Amino acid sequence: MKILVPVKRVIDYNVKIRVNAEGSAVETNNVKMSMNPFDEIAVEEAVRLKEAGIAEEIIIVSIGDKGAQETIRTAFAMGGDRGVHILTDKNTEPLVVAKILKEIVVKENVDLVILGKQAIDDDSNQTGQMLAAILDWPQGTFASKLDIDGKKIKVVREIDGGLETLEMTIPAIITTDLRLNEPRYASLPNIMKAKRKEISEVNIDDLKIDTKNRLEVLKVSEPAIREGGRKVEDVDELIKMLKNEAGVI
Amino acid sequence: MAVLVIAESNGKTIDRGTLSAISAAMKIDDSVDLIIFDESQEVVNFAKKISGLKKVIFCKGALEGTLAENISPVVVDLSQNYSHILSSAGTFGKNIMPRIAALCDSQQISDISDIINEDTFVRPIYAGNALATIKSSDDKKFITVRATAFQAADINTGQAESEEGPKVEQYGKIEFSGRELSKSDRPELTAAKIVVSGGRGMGSGENFAILDSLADKLGAAVGASRAAVDAGYVPNDYQVGQTGKVVAPELYIAIGISGAIQHLAGMKDSKVIVAINKDEEAPIFQIADFGLVGDLFKIIPELTEKLD
Repeated sequence: MKILVPVKRVIDYNVKIRVNAEGSAVETNNVKMSMNPFDEIAVEEAVRLKEAGIAEEIIIVSIGDKGAQETIRTAFAMGGDRGVHILTDKNTEPLVVAKILKEIVVKENVDLVILGKQAIDDDSNQTGQMLAAILDWPQGTFASKLDIDGKKIKVVREIDGGLETLEMTIPAIITTDLRLNEPRYASLPNIMKAKRKEISEVNIDDLKIDTKNRLEVLKVSEPAIREGGRKVEDVDELIKMLKNEAGVI
Repeated sequence: MAVLVIAESNGKTIDRGTLSAISAAMKIDDSVDLIIFDESQEVVNFAKKISGLKKVIFCKGALEGTLAENISPVVVDLSQNYSHILSSAGTFGKNIMPRIAALCDSQQISDISDIINEDTFVRPIYAGNALATIKSSDDKKFITVRATAFQAADINTGQAESEEGPKVEQYGKIEFSGRELSKSDRPELTAAKIVVSGGRGMGSGENFAILDSLADKLGAAVGASRAAVDAGYVPNDYQVGQTGKVVAPELYIAIGISGAIQHLAGMKDSKVIVAINKDEEAPIFQIADFGLVGDLFKIIPELTEKLD
C-alpha cells in the first residue's frame, strides 16, 4: 500500500502570534515555523503502518515556498520515504490544496491519504473532506484509532458526544485527531538519513489546475482583550459576587 | 435567494448548534429553510416550531450515523435553490460541509463568528488569537457557524411548512458501525449555561467526583483542560480549548487550570469566568473576573455545600 501524507509549515504552536502593522495578516517574519501538529500525527500513523508491514511507501507532500522543504525533511526524519514539493509563494486555500493533492494521488497511485484534521494557522478543517469529495473516496475524519485489515479500514472517530466507529474500504481518506498517537522524536541518525532522501520540486503553475483563491482577506485584527484579574478572599465572597454582582447563579 | 441550513439531529431533537446556525442564516436572508436527515416525526415537529423557518425538508434513508458520503449528493442537488448553505461548526458540520462545498467547486468559509454582509464574514484564526474578515467571490457560499457566537433561534413560535425531500441513497464504500456516547444526565458542554472545568490540578480521574457534585448543584456541564485529558483523568470529549470544544457559557469555573493559551482559546468568550487555583501567579487569573487562590480540595466542597 502507498500512503500520501501532506504536511503544512505553520507558525510553531508555542509562538504567541501577532497581527502585522497593516492589519492584513499575522506576522510570519522572523517567527519560528514548524510542522502543523496534526500533520505530525498523520506522519507518525503512516510510519507505524509501514513498520507493521501494512504500507510499502510513504510519500510526503508540502505546498509552499522554499521553507516547505525543511518541513518535508522533518517528516523524512520520522520515517517518510520521499517527497514532493509544490513550489508557490502564494497562500493556497483548502480547495486548491485538495485539487493539487488529487493530481498527486492519481499520478502516484496512492491507496490511502492521511492528513491532519486541520492546520493550526487558518483552522479551516476542510482539506481532507474536500479531497475525499473530488476523488469520490470515503472519509474517516477526526480519527482516534485505525485498524487496517486487507482492504478494510475500521476508523474510530472523535465526535461531539463521544466516539463513533466507521468501516470503509481502501482507497480512503483519513484525517487525524489528537489521540490517534503520540508522534516520535527523530533520532540523530534518522535526521542525517533524511538529508539524503529525494524531494521532487514542481512549480504550482506547471500543474493544470485552477489555483485562484476565492476568499479575499479584507482585514486581520486582534480579538478584544478580556479585563480580569480581580481576586476574592474566600468562598463566601465568591458566592456573594456571583449572586449579586454578576447575577449568574 | 434563500438560505438552507443543514440540521444536526438525534432522533428526538435538533442540536443547539443548528439553532445558532439558523439565527446566523436569518442575518443573511429572511427566507431560511432547514433540511433534516432524520426519520423521526418528533424531530420534524420540533423543527416546524423553530421561529423564522419557512420550510422544513426531511429526507429519509440517511440511516444511523448520517454519513457525509450519503447525504452530500442530496444537499448538492438542493443547493441550486439557495445562495448560502449553512451548518453549525460542530464535528457533524465540520465533517459534511467541506465534502458538499468541494462537490460544488466552492471554497467553504469555516466557523464564522460574525456576518458583515451576504459575502463578507468574520472568523477566528490561530485558535481565536486573531480575527479575519473574509470576502468570498464564490457564487454559492458554504459556511459553518460558530455556535457560541450566535443566539439560538427561538423554538416555540415558528409555523414552518414541511415537505419530504429526496431519499438518501447509500454510497456503499463506507458503513456506520456504532457509537459510544458519554453517558451523562448533565447538559451538553457546548450548550450549558454553566460549565465547571478541571485541569491537571485535579490530580486524578477519581478527584473529578468533587467537580461532579459541584456541577450537579449548579446544573452545570463538566469540562476539562487538555492537560487533564492528556493525563488520562477524563475522556477527550470533555476537552475545552483550541483542540477541543469552544464554549461560551454565562459562567465558567476553571478549577486547577493554569490557563494555557490553548485552553483560553476555548473559553475566553464566557460571560463570567471564575478561577480557582493554588498558584496565585497562574495566567488564568489575568482573564478571570473573580479569582480565588487556595486549595481546590478545600474550596470546592465548601462551595458545593454553601450553594443553595
